[in-house]
Amino acid sequence: MRLPCPCCGWRDLREFTYKGAADMLHRPALDDASGWDDHLHNRTNPAGETRDLWYHDPCGTWVCVTRDTVSHAVISGATLGEAR
Amino acid sequence: MIRLKETSAIAQLRLPTLADCTLRVLPPVRITSIAPYPGQVEALRARLGGFPAPGGVVTLQGTDLVWAGRDLAFAFGDDLPDGLAAHCSMSDQSDGWCGFALQGAGAQALLARRLPFDLRKMASPGSARSVMDHLPVLVLRRASDRFEIWVWRSMVQSALAHI
Ligand SMILES: [Zn+2]
Repeated sequence: MRLPCPCCGWRDLREFTYKGAADMLHRPALDDASGWDDHLHNRTNPAGETRDLWYHDPCGTWVCVTRDTVSHAVISGATLGEAR
Repeated sequence: MIRLKETSAIAQLRLPTLADCTLRVLPPVRITSIAPYPGQVEALRARLGGFPAPGGVVTLQGTDLVWAGRDLAFAFGDDLPDGLAAHCSMSDQSDGWCGFALQGAGAQALLARRLPFDLRKMASPGSARSVMDHLPVLVLRRASDRFEIWVWRSMVQSALAHI
């Protein structure tokens, strides 16, 4: 599996550390208790296009990767600045 | 005053013999990390006379500016202009790194067995951060058949074993 780093281009999986779903980029309001419950614990686990966060260890870039869980295609990668 | 002698951490290690390549230890060099503050890359570029894009190397008089990560460059050499501190965070990395030079017709093929990225697409001169097995490395391509591999000095013996 290869992933696109916005700095380095397509790189091998060995160079990346997985974080989790890109939902983490969007924090609920401080007083939104059920929003926090979702944010911390509930994931949609979609069949199809999904976005998740990877860290490119060698260059220090967080990458938001769009990929397809059905076809296993890796579609694109963006910096978190672009992904937010 | 006692004057300490500069010695590379690898000076005492035995280098492997490689088929059509030569591997040698690079002499210690001053390495300064340069991390631009947000929005300061252009000001820094003007003051330095260049700043490397991802994967790039900018050669200045007496100093090479090497891309070393996201918003990060390493200056290899002694000549840096004054007045940089307003634009970037700098730290001395000189004794944290050791370098090897690998040269020969088969150098690219040899490294391709050790590095998980496509060296055929690597520019010359060019710079890449990667891992050699599990060791973080900075790879510089000086010419199509000449590479430098820079590793943390604490891991230099393992790096030699991998090469
Ligand atoms: Zn990268």
